[in-house]
Amino acid sequence: MSRQLWRFHGGLHLPDHKELSSGEPVVEAIVPRQLILPIHQHIGVPAEPVVEPGQRVLKGQVVAKADGYVSAPVHASSSGTVVAIEPRPVPHPSGLSALCVVIETDGEDRWTERQPVADYKELDPSELRNVIRDAGIVGLGGAGFPAFIKLNPGARTAIDTLVLNGSECEPYITCDDRLMRDRPDEIIAGARIMRHALHARECVIGIEDNKPEAVAALREAIARMQATEIEVVVVPTHYPTGGEKQLIKVLTGKEVPSQGLPLDVGVVCHNVGTAAAVHRAVERGEPLISRVVTLTGGVGHPRNMEVRIGTPVEELLAQAGGTLEGVERLLVGGPMMGFDLRHRDAPIVKTANCLLAITGEMAASRGPVRPCIRCGACAEACPVSLLPQQLYWYSRAKDFDKVQDYNLFDCIECGCCAYVCPSNLPLVQYFRFAKTEIWAQEREKQAAELARRRHEFRTERIEREKAERAARLAQKKAMVAKSDSAEDKKKAAIKAAMERAKAKKSATEPKNTENLTEAQQRQIAEADARRAEKKAPVDSEASGGNEE
Amino acid sequence: MLTAIIAITALAIVFGLLLGYAAVRFRVESDPVVERVDAMLPQTQCGQCGFAGCRPYAEAIAAGEVEINRCPPGGENLMLALADLLGRDPVPLDPELGEPKPKMVARIDENTCIGCTLCLQACPVDAILGAAKQMHTILESECTGCELCLEPCPVDCIEMVPVEQTVNTWKWPYPIVVESKA
Repeated sequence: MSRQLWRFHGGLHLPDHKELSSGEPVVEAIVPRQLILPIHQHIGVPAEPVVEPGQRVLKGQVVAKADGYVSAPVHASSSGTVVAIEPRPVPHPSGLSALCVVIETDGEDRWTERQPVADYKELDPSELRNVIRDAGIVGLGGAGFPAFIKLNPGARTAIDTLVLNGSECEPYITCDDRLMRDRPDEIIAGARIMRHALHARECVIGIEDNKPEAVAALREAIARMQATEIEVVVVPTHYPTGGEKQLIKVLTGKEVPSQGLPLDVGVVCHNVGTAAAVHRAVERGEPLISRVVTLTGGVGHPRNMEVRIGTPVEELLAQAGGTLEGVERLLVGGPMMGFDLRHRDAPIVKTANCLLAITGEMAASRGPVRPCIRCGACAEACPVSLLPQQLYWYSRAKDFDKVQDYNLFDCIECGCCAYVCPSNLPLVQYFRFAKTEIWAQEREKQAAELARRRHEFRTERIEREKAERAARLAQKKAMVAKSDSAEDKKKAAIKAAMERAKAKKSATEPKNTENLTEAQQRQIAEADARRAEKKAPVDSEASGGNEE
Repeated sequence: MLTAIIAITALAIVFGLLLGYAAVRFRVESDPVVERVDAMLPQTQCGQCGFAGCRPYAEAIAAGEVEINRCPPGGENLMLALADLLGRDPVPLDPELGEPKPKMVARIDENTCIGCTLCLQACPVDAILGAAKQMHTILESECTGCELCLEPCPVDCIEMVPVEQTVNTWKWPYPIVVESKA
């Protein structure tokens, strides 16, 4: 049974250079002394550290938990002690640092308790997704979108096809190729689990025809595991067939709408590496703590290694014979879509599929940049049928409205346009510039909106408080006015009481004045005289003052 | 002759009524210019334009009372966008009002703060948290960098710091290309 295949617009035939590393089976890399685990290795909200410096952690233990729905946890890739939670250089085109959990490994590599699922078929798809989410699995093809979300089609969508992406179209990269050749069983097992989670009608593994060994290995595994529901389809080698939307087009003929998702056409696409990770998470209880990385280009011994997430690049390169003389820079990813690695002490993250050492010789192939001659070669090469030339002019002029009118955000940054450009214009750089600039403007707009709301609220609050204070004052005044008559009565009562008291006081006579002895009489008289004497000078003084 | 006049008059009356009815029934509330201008302003509420906040400035612009170059935080991009929206001529930014600066946020030196609440009252977006005789602190995510809190502070414990760039806010630089003429 041969399947009908389709073609996408444009694309390129590139020299693939895969022979450098495709003969090298996947070898496990040495566990490094220090693991640097960035908390943000996926698309979405950064994870939240749940460990403290000084704490002992076991291999597979969660060190940072997912924060929100679109997020993924990070696990310790080996056992050891957390020594720091601090910003460290991460593999990112900016070369900036980001928060990382740093673990000093103890060499024991001791697992935490694993809880494999005995039979995934008995699990509800949502429970299955939870297992996959908790294992921190993200798309291993390069984008790093949390995998469990892509396994959640929602109630309304029926999934027709689950596509597993084994195209690996970019030159030099061989990690998926080797994974398919060395561990086909894991991929098939993972594919079955994914298909169960999605209730997909069919499952297709798309592989470019430059990887016949991978095709054979997977077909053999399918036959051995009797997984007849899974089909391996060989597609022509044509860059960028490994792009999600391009592969879907080639395999199913369906076109994912602009700014839409494969889900919109009833298709879900995952990388073969992600499928293997899903199998390990579900059937072995192992979270995502390692991935296959291709080390190639200007290195002593190009090879494919299973690397613990968080392994510093420098240490890894040493295991591939180090970089050769004349290596100018290191790329994370392939030559078409990869980015410069600024710090060699940055770690391998979940999305890093390849480390490519670029020598001066390889870089020298591009000539000087000349003005655009409007030849239109870029538009012919564009696999998304965009007009790169128009995008270039508008990006260059920083006309961000216009550039969006020409669907900038459908650009997959594959680099075909820049590759064919006879003027050697760095087109993708312009598009990336425009994209990040538009995102920044969007963020600013949101910040302005927030500030406006808060300012309005504050103004309103101040007005309200003023009104309330005025109301309180008015109320008090009214109360005072009302109680004026009552006050008079009260005052009169007090006055009367005081007068009564005065009258009573003046009316009081000294008691026990009868039947006194002589001595007592004398004492009283003396006391009276003293009192009179005491009073007299005051009186005279007062009268004296008056006379003056 | 008479029938023609009557017919034309009748038609005129009918269409006139129709148009009149339509004008009332399908009246389109025009988008007020103030709203649109206000939506473009950066909402720092800093008052550098000489108005008490962004909205009063937007109202003045919409009324045509002031130039469109009085917002340093918005910078030249805002001025150009306003010129575009209002059909006015672009004018260079007013240098008296200060230079456009990179985005800043206020930071309180917590050792020096005496808890006087003066800055709390000055903040236009309630981005400062604190109470009398308690240390104050600034909610960085809410701070617009308007600098209005600097002035009232009696102990000068507030300083403006540039917003730190992170992996998530980093932008690809504009490509530097030297085009060879050959």
